[in-house]
Amino acid sequence: MRYLPLTPEDRRDMLGVIGAPSVDALFADVPTAARLPGPVDLPRHQGELEVERELLTLAARNRVAGQYPFFCGAGAYRHHVPATVDHLIQRSEFLTSYTPYQPEISQGTLQVLFEFQTQVAALTGMEVANASLYEGSTAAAEAVMMASRITRRNKAVLSPGLHPHYAETVQTLAHAVGMEIERLPLAIDAEAEVVSHIGPDTACVVVQTPNLFGAATDVTAIGEAARAAGALLIVVVTEAVSFGLLKSPGAMGADIVAAEGQSIGNGLNFGGPYVGLFAFREKFVRQAPGRLAGETVDADGRRGFVLTLSTREQHIRRDKATSNICTNSGLCALAFNIHMSLLGETGLRRLAALNHQQARKLKATLDAVPGVQVLTPRFFNEMAVRLPAPAAEVVETLAGNGVLAGVPVSRLDPKAGMDDVLLVAATETTRDADIEILGRALTRVLSP
Amino acid sequence: MSMNPVGRPTRPEVAATNDSVHPTLTGGRGLLQDEPLIFELGGWDKTGVDLPEAGGDTSVLGDLVRAEPIGLPGLSEPEAMRHYVRLSQKNHAIDLALYPLGSCTMKHNPRLNEKAARYPGFSDIHPLQPQSTVQGALELMDRLAHWLKTLTGMPAVALSPKAGAHGELCGLLAIRAAHEAKVAREGGARRTTVLTPTSAHGTNPATAAFVGYQVQEIAQTADGRVDLADLEAKLGPHVAAIMVTNPNTCGLFERDILEIARLTHAVGAYFYCDGANFNAIVGRVRPGDLGVDAMHINLHKTFSTPHGGGGPGAGPVVLSQALAPFAPVPWVVHGADGLQLLEQPEGEAADAFGRMCAFHGQMGMFVRAYAYMLSHGADGLRQAAEDAVLNANYVKARLSDVMTAAFPDGPCMHEALFDDRWLEGTGVTTLDFAKAMIDEGFHPMTMYFPLVVHGAMLIEPTETEPKHELDRFTDTLRVLAEAAKAGEVERFKGAPYHAPLRRLDETAAARKPRLRWTPPPAHAIAAE
Repeated sequence: MRYLPLTPEDRRDMLGVIGAPSVDALFADVPTAARLPGPVDLPRHQGELEVERELLTLAARNRVAGQYPFFCGAGAYRHHVPATVDHLIQRSEFLTSYTPYQPEISQGTLQVLFEFQTQVAALTGMEVANASLYEGSTAAAEAVMMASRITRRNKAVLSPGLHPHYAETVQTLAHAVGMEIERLPLAIDAEAEVVSHIGPDTACVVVQTPNLFGAATDVTAIGEAARAAGALLIVVVTEAVSFGLLKSPGAMGADIVAAEGQSIGNGLNFGGPYVGLFAFREKFVRQAPGRLAGETVDADGRRGFVLTLSTREQHIRRDKATSNICTNSGLCALAFNIHMSLLGETGLRRLAALNHQQARKLKATLDAVPGVQVLTPRFFNEMAVRLPAPAAEVVETLAGNGVLAGVPVSRLDPKAGMDDVLLVAATETTRDADIEILGRALTRVLSP
Repeated sequence: MSMNPVGRPTRPEVAATNDSVHPTLTGGRGLLQDEPLIFELGGWDKTGVDLPEAGGDTSVLGDLVRAEPIGLPGLSEPEAMRHYVRLSQKNHAIDLALYPLGSCTMKHNPRLNEKAARYPGFSDIHPLQPQSTVQGALELMDRLAHWLKTLTGMPAVALSPKAGAHGELCGLLAIRAAHEAKVAREGGARRTTVLTPTSAHGTNPATAAFVGYQVQEIAQTADGRVDLADLEAKLGPHVAAIMVTNPNTCGLFERDILEIARLTHAVGAYFYCDGANFNAIVGRVRPGDLGVDAMHINLHKTFSTPHGGGGPGAGPVVLSQALAPFAPVPWVVHGADGLQLLEQPEGEAADAFGRMCAFHGQMGMFVRAYAYMLSHGADGLRQAAEDAVLNANYVKARLSDVMTAAFPDGPCMHEALFDDRWLEGTGVTTLDFAKAMIDEGFHPMTMYFPLVVHGAMLIEPTETEPKHELDRFTDTLRVLAEAAKAGEVERFKGAPYHAPLRRLDETAAARKPRLRWTPPPAHAIAAE
């Protein structure tokens, strides 16, 4: 077996040193009844060639996004990732290292995390960011828990444009900790509605912008209303490229930002692994979940970085920890950090502008399809469209015609009464020709 | 300073400890380059990505357009390459040398897994594409589930948890949902307590408390196992679950595991097993045969997906028949038109306790773990567990006369635990000893954990270490141990001397946290 270096001779010699008659003797503490006599009922080992064949066969049964006109978004976006990113994250020293507990021999990872935190803080317009959480929806849930700790209040209001998977993740966790969640029914552009639901027991309002339907909102007034009532404003962002064109959550008064960072540096990967961005006001730092890299000096006075404020964390505080998170999303944060360093502000702004430009073209094309109505007023790179037919059926038909047309809202929330609403996104990877193909295909499918 | 015939110092520590005496002009040292932060490399207008200028019509966004500078420097591609390669060289890595962190299972990460995860058919598919267009992905999830269920002897698995701690949360939420359903059905009082041994991972009590349970500790016996009498005394109708790691964090198999499960079930509680140490028994013992109701599996430990400097991980949770109905969505099920994702808690999944995260879990990790399983096969996985245990026992045997094994009697499983009794009176602590290991090119073992052992040193070599590497490692530790006992305190107190940095001031970092780069005044002006 190619991954196992010990030879039969090694094993014999080592048992001799140990003073055990056989390997079985080392498993003597296992109750006899629970010892498996031989290998379980699964195939035997295989060479690389055979394993590759099996996996290639499985991979071939999936429609690859890059090979079709492709318009899916709804929390995961197809962007171009420079080749440099994937090369660098496969450097052994990044790929095969652990959480940087020994700072003297982990400065690579620690400096990356410090840079990542600085980038995330800048993008979100916040004072501080952590070293990443799993992904966006769990970041949103952690933000709600954190707001509850800060305000010592027990209720959260979720905006009508919050991604249903995010809302469900928050609800699941909130139920566990005994928090009350008021989730407003899906609506395309009605974030301000949350204000009337803020009460004296409200810990936070959670507002997504751009929201599930692609609608961007100025949340400044919502934040002011929340704070006037002693609550916090949590802003959720699922498309990180939007930071390059839209007013930052910090500039609009966010107290905590929970975002999905997949769009920068990370591929679609059928939903994971992604990277949760988590930023907040500095005064809340001791209530924050997750790892934090901080600057310090070594014994010779040279600058270095360490994981810090770990008294918040599970390995120190155990049942008093701010979160149970341990492993986070280190390598995806590195991919984010590299891609963002390559982009720089200039590149990010261009990238965001390109996304918006392709979305405008998409809107123009959709507007021209008979019976189709674009519903999102202020979009970044994604919009909701009303079709004269059930969106799920249209998407399925178009998939059969080689067009991945977007995400039906009914897939995310079958009870929303939005069966005829389709979410479509365009990015820099969307060609003008793809948009034309979608327009023609929709026209054909929808014509009576 | 003693010199060799060509005038070079023969004692490396003399040459290397005096960085402060002979600082280099660049701050680097030979191959090890000094590297500033990207924010100090200039490049405020620079970009390493060629993108066309877009048409600037943003009228639809009105005043939502970001006008103020963001504050992000850019690097050209060659600069970026150097920046990150230089940084990478300041990391220890399993590809470089032994990484014996106990309970972390730092084993070789096969590159076939990386290659397969990058097939466009896995990496370039969207989680919400029509399910008819991702049948291969669903098939892979289904097969992975089959392997996990077969290896653990459990009937169900929730794939979506993102890491071990997230899996713990998933398992406890399933347990909680099962209790709530029973109370709703039959009445009775809510269960309030989770029992966990003092040796547990910090995530166990953190998770239990997070879910709203009170955490009560179970005592440990002198031989490092759960104290059955104490467990029995603390079990009762108020207990929702016990959380036990097996093999436990002392590297020992819980001999009374069947009795632990029986006692737990007798009071109507569930048995959560922390599966962080599954690598020791995979293919030889099925947790389902031990009476386990829920166990997370760290794909990034047992099934070799890379740790990546702290993630991403993946923490699927296998569940017993009693807990299976409560597994979170999505579920992969066999439908009329092939495989299907149930994404709503309805129909077959009506009792699902909710959703752990957006989408369907760590697909990229699933591909890697499945490639690893296929490569090893049932026979190879069993051999891997045996070699992991053999390697740990070999390390224990080779060090037990110079260091003090915490539990010398009987074999250990996949990790060997030492305490610091042998350092008594030397003036050297576990931490000092660990830092001296860094100078020798080894990553330290897990230190000061588990908490039940004083000055703990927990060594997990894993099965992917060859014998000669273990010999080199144990030979080195033996010499270091003798040096500590011989009073060479400075060798330890000042260590590391040879690492990219000397010991870092963690107290200062926590006292006045600097968590982001901030521009000095000159940069601030340049940025505007």
